[in-house]
Amino acid sequence: MVGRGPAAVPHIHQHDAVVVGAGGAGLYAALELKKDLGAESRVAVISKLYPTRSHTGAAQGGVCAALGNTEEDHWQWHWFDTVKGGDYLVDQDAAEIMCRDAAPTIIDLEHLGMPFNRTPEGLIDQRRFGGHTRNQGEAPVRRACYAADRTGHAILQTLYQQCIRREVTFADEFQVLDLVMPDGADGRVSGVIALELATSELHVFLAPVVLFATGGFGKIFQVTSNAHTLTGDGVAIAFRRGLALEDMEMFQFHPTGMYKLGFLLSEAMRGEGGFLVNGQGERFMERYAPTMKDLASRDVVSRSIYQEIAAGRGIGGGDFVHLDVRHLGADVLERKLPDMTGFIRTYFGLDPLHDLVPIQPTAHYAMGGIPTDVDARVLGDGIARRVPGFYAAGECACVSVHGANRLGTNSLLDILVFGRRAGKAMAGDAADLPAPARDLEAEARIAGTLADLLTSDRGERAAVVRDELQVEMFRRCGVYRTGPDLAACRSEVAGLRERARTVRLDDHGSRYNTDLADAIELGFLLDCAEAAVTSAEARTESRGAHARQDFPDRDDVNWMRHSLARRSASGKVDLTYKPVVVTEFQPKPRVY
Amino acid sequence: MDIELRIRRYNPEADQAPHWETYAVTADATDRVLDLLHQVKWHTDGTLTFRRSCAHGVCGSDAVLINGQNRLACQVLVRDVAPTVSVEPVAGLPVIKDLLVDMEGFWAKYRAAMPYLVNDDVPADGLERRQSAADRDLYEDTSRCILCAACTTACPVFWTNPDYVGPAAIVNAHRFIFDSRDTAHEERLELMADADGVWRCRTVFNCVEACPRGINITRAILEVTRQITNVEAT
Repeated sequence: MVGRGPAAVPHIHQHDAVVVGAGGAGLYAALELKKDLGAESRVAVISKLYPTRSHTGAAQGGVCAALGNTEEDHWQWHWFDTVKGGDYLVDQDAAEIMCRDAAPTIIDLEHLGMPFNRTPEGLIDQRRFGGHTRNQGEAPVRRACYAADRTGHAILQTLYQQCIRREVTFADEFQVLDLVMPDGADGRVSGVIALELATSELHVFLAPVVLFATGGFGKIFQVTSNAHTLTGDGVAIAFRRGLALEDMEMFQFHPTGMYKLGFLLSEAMRGEGGFLVNGQGERFMERYAPTMKDLASRDVVSRSIYQEIAAGRGIGGGDFVHLDVRHLGADVLERKLPDMTGFIRTYFGLDPLHDLVPIQPTAHYAMGGIPTDVDARVLGDGIARRVPGFYAAGECACVSVHGANRLGTNSLLDILVFGRRAGKAMAGDAADLPAPARDLEAEARIAGTLADLLTSDRGERAAVVRDELQVEMFRRCGVYRTGPDLAACRSEVAGLRERARTVRLDDHGSRYNTDLADAIELGFLLDCAEAAVTSAEARTESRGAHARQDFPDRDDVNWMRHSLARRSASGKVDLTYKPVVVTEFQPKPRVY
Repeated sequence: MDIELRIRRYNPEADQAPHWETYAVTADATDRVLDLLHQVKWHTDGTLTFRRSCAHGVCGSDAVLINGQNRLACQVLVRDVAPTVSVEPVAGLPVIKDLLVDMEGFWAKYRAAMPYLVNDDVPADGLERRQSAADRDLYEDTSRCILCAACTTACPVFWTNPDYVGPAAIVNAHRFIFDSRDTAHEERLELMADADGVWRCRTVFNCVEACPRGINITRAILEVTRQITNVEAT
């Protein structure tokens, strides 16, 4: 039978709170909600995957907090490093909260069962990581708490486990499609509309408070560390609803992606003493970052690799360099970096104890996203206007604690601190919000879109358009950018959006239609890419991860401000700006 | 290299019964079997259905049978299984469509194994609970599980007795039985001493062979049985 897809009448669910996304931010929020609203409360987590598949689980090296368990450290040092790491585009009030909250949050996580590695005294062990320094840049400091080289996996499992204990409701394998906004585009959010992947039926999850914790959108790029499922769903949905997206041009390229594959080799490999070498066998980071060397911030290291390659000093003159960890010895590799060692053996057939490892920068992390206040409340205009009932946390959000470049280990800290704060804020706000109402206009629109897609048998396959998008974005909106490239890229993305309107499906059935899911995700990717390239073209300076070859310097006079991209009623992307919050650290030249 | 890719297909909406389809694909020796599946799905037949996410062996989405062995499709390189690669759904769980199986029973057993730390006391100093590195090492291996179900669906005891909790649930019970911070030790051992618990294990070692994380599952099961025996002896 050829299914006509979603039934005319969707399934309706009533909850006290709805969380979309089951990574660290979503799960920690759910736990807080359960705690604050009580064991009987109806807290639902909706995920397009099984929760343990979420990309938090791929995070490797650590989560930072100035515990000072192995050497002197202070949260103020961490605060400075975060601001400098973000090339001063960080909102310093938000970063202060994150760095202050870090220690109690890590302790809470330990109490929940997190299997941290331990010091000989039985405390949480800590290791070095890029950009984390003693006393404002003197030397690397041990600030990253870790569970071998699978810290994210351990966090994800710990939080999911406690959610099972506290009887959080899970709706696994539901693809979110839209927000429920019963009072129109300027009004409140009171739920989400989602597709049940198993049946292709529509469900409406109603609640007075809704959190997006939907992760990043690294799949707009060809070479990326991101999972296939990181397609910017929540970010794109907010954008389609006319809400602002902040700093979308700021996308981090991690220096040590596995060559061609793009998966990450943890910064912990350099934190434990590994270093990069070029085709001449030279430890080139000593030239670019005399103090921090291979532990300079990620944007600096990635650009250094590109410059070595451009100067013909890649390996064999090619487009990659080597990571050397041979001297770390079998014990460190097997005990502290076992997963990395396994990746290198499995995918390259190399032994890191004896072989150099080919690496290249890989698209890794979106600093930008849905703008929020420090309690995860979404700011519809990016500045002041709250969207009642709507919250965002984690990679899909922009608080902004990462500015123009995120420090390693601050992503896991971000999801924990702001996931938890989101849960608290939602629990506190829920009682003051009006009872949820349905959004029949959105339900009808979504049902129509799905019906059209499900019967579409003309046009290109989604994968063809997606491949072109990824190649284009990686080539022209990558580590280095220029005005003409970005303009060309923007027009290319616009063309791809047109072509994506008529993608064809082979699968017209209603049972686990992943062909349909691919087409839906392509739409989300295109929206994210358009916002990113438009914001990038307008920012005529170089700051953090945004490196313009035609504007190589940071411009603090004109660009100490966040980009805000909004889709106007006419369909065009409008840009406005808001100033960075500077409370403690005035911009200084950034040297590592 | 040229690959003959055989996939066990079944869509209950359209097919009377499962059947094999063969696809000719070209791949690099270092491509993953997941890349082959994507090649078919994205460019030949969009109806092919399977789960995947991270594509590098950490999320646990894509356990399948490859040339008769339980593996993650993203962790097997083409050169190790070429030139004929057969892919079919894992055994013992109901097939929903093609390579995608119904995981609900698997998750229910995981949840029933109390897979969470129980300890509501907070140290008086407000800091972390102390745990020695040696105590941490006791559950290091089992804390690495990614819940892909490769072990349980490779277990002949589970195939013949679907009520058996299976190796994955025991691995996750072990994770907490051997965590010095946990306060529900006895309750956990009682759960595992159930008629459909650890005693069903026949030490066939299929689970160890299947685990993409290299967890020594049979040893973990034996450690749990030893704990139960010790408690019963005292």
